[in-house]
Amino acid sequence: MKRPTSKYVVTPPRMTPDAIAALERAGFSRRDLLKGAGALIVSFSIAGSSNAPGEAPGIKNSSSGAMLPIPLDQVDSWVAIAQDESVTGYTGKCEFGQGFRTVQYQLIADELYVPLERVTLVVCDTALTPDQGITSGSQSHPTEFGPNGLRQALATAREALFRMASDQLGVPVDQLAVQDGVIFVQGDPSQSVTYGQLIGNQRFDLTVDRAAIPKDPSTYTVLGTSVPRYEIPEKVTGQFEYVQSVRLPGMLHGKVVRPPVIGATVISVDESSVANLPGNVRVVVRNDFVGVVADKQWQAAQAAQALVVSWSAGVGLPAQQDLYDYMRQQPSRDSYTVLADDVDARFGEAANIISATYLTPYQMHGSIGASAAVADVQGIGPNGAATIWSASQGVYPQRDSVAQVLGIPKENIRVIFREGSGCYGLNGADTVCYDAALLSQAVGQPVRVQLTRKDEMAAGENYGPPYIIDLRAGLNEKGQIIVWDYEGFTVTKGNRPTEAAPGNIITGALVGFPTPPLVPGGGTPPTSYSNNGNADSSYGAGCVAGQCGGTGTVESERILTHTVESPFFTGPLRSPGRLQNTFANESFIDELAAFAQEDPIQYRLRHLADPRLIDVLNAAANAAGWKARPSPKGGRGATGIATGRGVACVLYEGNNGYSAMVAEVQVDLTTGQVTVTRIVTSQDSGPVSNPDGLRNQMEGGALQGMSRCLREEVTWDDQKVTSIDWRTYPVFHWGEPLPVIETILLNPLDKPQMGAGECTITLAAAAIANGIFDATGARVRQIPFTNARVLAALQGT
Amino acid sequence: MPVYSLTVNGQPYSVEVDPPSTPLLYVLMDDLELNGPKFGCGLAQCGACTVLLDGQPIRSCVRQMASVDGHEITTIEGLGTKENPHPIQTAFTEEQAVQCAFCISGIMLYGKTFIDQTPGATEEQIIAALNGLLCRCYSHARMVRALLRYAQEVQP
Repeated sequence: MKRPTSKYVVTPPRMTPDAIAALERAGFSRRDLLKGAGALIVSFSIAGSSNAPGEAPGIKNSSSGAMLPIPLDQVDSWVAIAQDESVTGYTGKCEFGQGFRTVQYQLIADELYVPLERVTLVVCDTALTPDQGITSGSQSHPTEFGPNGLRQALATAREALFRMASDQLGVPVDQLAVQDGVIFVQGDPSQSVTYGQLIGNQRFDLTVDRAAIPKDPSTYTVLGTSVPRYEIPEKVTGQFEYVQSVRLPGMLHGKVVRPPVIGATVISVDESSVANLPGNVRVVVRNDFVGVVADKQWQAAQAAQALVVSWSAGVGLPAQQDLYDYMRQQPSRDSYTVLADDVDARFGEAANIISATYLTPYQMHGSIGASAAVADVQGIGPNGAATIWSASQGVYPQRDSVAQVLGIPKENIRVIFREGSGCYGLNGADTVCYDAALLSQAVGQPVRVQLTRKDEMAAGENYGPPYIIDLRAGLNEKGQIIVWDYEGFTVTKGNRPTEAAPGNIITGALVGFPTPPLVPGGGTPPTSYSNNGNADSSYGAGCVAGQCGGTGTVESERILTHTVESPFFTGPLRSPGRLQNTFANESFIDELAAFAQEDPIQYRLRHLADPRLIDVLNAAANAAGWKARPSPKGGRGATGIATGRGVACVLYEGNNGYSAMVAEVQVDLTTGQVTVTRIVTSQDSGPVSNPDGLRNQMEGGALQGMSRCLREEVTWDDQKVTSIDWRTYPVFHWGEPLPVIETILLNPLDKPQMGAGECTITLAAAAIANGIFDATGARVRQIPFTNARVLAALQGT
Repeated sequence: MPVYSLTVNGQPYSVEVDPPSTPLLYVLMDDLELNGPKFGCGLAQCGACTVLLDGQPIRSCVRQMASVDGHEITTIEGLGTKENPHPIQTAFTEEQAVQCAFCISGIMLYGKTFIDQTPGATEEQIIAALNGLLCRCYSHARMVRALLRYAQEVQP
């Protein structure tokens, strides 16, 4: 055995460079930080008080030490230019691995005509960046390129710099040009001035000008190119600082002890049960929130396991096999997307009426990294203060809601975003912030909490909700759809945390904040058309109050969604509602095409109106080598492998990204096993900011969508969730056959930027189900498409 | 309290472990402050915690310290740095083969080990060598391209 040649000093924990930089930005000096734990007294009395390069000049703290809001309408809230010509952008749109941080670098470089190397970006920090709400819903592109986003502030800044240069050089603005941050006289580059000379380290003191003209996308030189993602070299060398790797001086480790069954409450906690464990274990109880803190992470984990807690019985759960019946029987909140007054009459005229029901279960975000946060909370009440490192999709809502949990004014709380593992929506990132903050407040030291796999899967996250979708359509003698009737049932409990509702997530509810109950009612006719949830199919004309906003031609529609109370917490999961709705709508159109004995794409085209949706559909079909013929293909045997192809298309959220997909599948007729062999998918999200980044999103979305529809389903018994790890919540793993994925990008430079990250995941279930049908004639209408369900469908053919 | 000796990325360490059941991952993350190996499940079901033990990939989240006493551990930090990356790290950067990259230790270390030991490794074999690993962003297509690029590089 080797002998040690050096003694590793374990305490105090050192900080990573990123954590030091973050605290320095908050006003701590490097010297203070290096002194160790004793120096870390969180106070905002000096936070944001400097205007050093890289500081958002828009931030000033009040005399009380509390932070003031960062005004969204001020250029200084978005961009700062230093004397050394560096440009710092400030954004409330965070990075989760989707590559939008790099796109924002590109936007700054392009809009300001500066080299990428001069650009830095401060992302999602309540002390430094503007409040842009949540990074979700494929809204980053439309927001940052829209009238209230980063691009408009940059355009305002550029126009202001031109005016300043005009004054300084004595030449009209229209005779000036710019390159690499140097404004010069056209025809006489010797007359020039740099951005740093014009505004370096000074405030713009300008309101964002809605009339400022952003660059025409056809003139982009940085956007539209595949700039490599800035953080990948750090990620593949282990140098990247995730929220899971934030380390503070004096930091302790916490773990939570969740109720063992849904709805159980604490009767008593036996602290003596962990008294003899190593690591200075402390137990923290607040109402039904139970946690432990120890010096080391494993010590905390052992203490959480050993802690004896007496819990009440649970509230009981509806039997899983009865879920869909249960959902139909609960009091509901109803909402119409479309309600034409001739629906019943048109069904009366129909030559044929077709109906089908589609089912999607509860599914999880299932982030590979269990959620983590680090919190440093000092005190309670008006003089309390806190800093939280978080992978939340919304640092401001996290700040405002954790303020309620801690009893500390939100102005005294700073939430700093650090990337976690991919979240795909509302995973445990927010609730674990509460966990860390509560534990830190109780022990008066910084605490890191990383949930266990089971904490996160069984009770930590807000699941994507199940859907029942009943569809009915009336066709005329020519097979044309004349009426479409959608009736959906879904569930809800909780949601993203807000200042008014910290009880929207598990930890908030455990400490006693109510989860706002579902209020039955609604069901009034719509007053305007919004297809944000994609309840309306691509073939609906979407006519409401005389205006038609849909992508299709069927005018007689009734689109009604019932929402009922969920036994489990629910929340946005990548393509929330839209995946479930599109599975149903795009499967059903295929059923209608089959009934009409028409080619599935030709039948779709017959009912589509939106030229961009038609274009993406044709693009995918052409790239896939689609040969027009009706489904099913026919001629399969009773055993062996059957092959087929399926298609689906959608305008995501009704206005936020056009996409189509062709999936080629193999079905093992003996086992029911479905293997996807090829996915061809097209997308039109307006001008493409980063082609390779978009392809990465499309490829990942397609495969994740495949996992969702083939494998994923939350399971439970009469008391508790039983899908608590990767064995009990199966997903698509490495080692299984991979489909070939081909991506086709449409790039209309004359259209606004749209969302890009959730299109392909929305389409995979329907494209694959339609492929199974084409191969076998068996229609699978329930996700996941397990072998048993496929076999059952095969037996029905 | 037991004291274990191990070499991590070429550096010798001696670490006190309490309780003795502490898995290797926790020592790497919390005591040695490495960011490469990550906690994903703690159950050896995903591979985010993968490190090389004497050159072979293992799941550090379930490996007790007593079993690695005196051995050599390599994490992805030990392969190369941003400034001086290992060819497999270069391959993943060139192919932009991640999204969140939380899984990357498992994909790179299982892939590298297999390719290093398997001249002429095919795409199918490489995929099989990653059996049981998880990437929830599903960057699989790019990861395969990166591993094939690395295979080309080391065994042209």
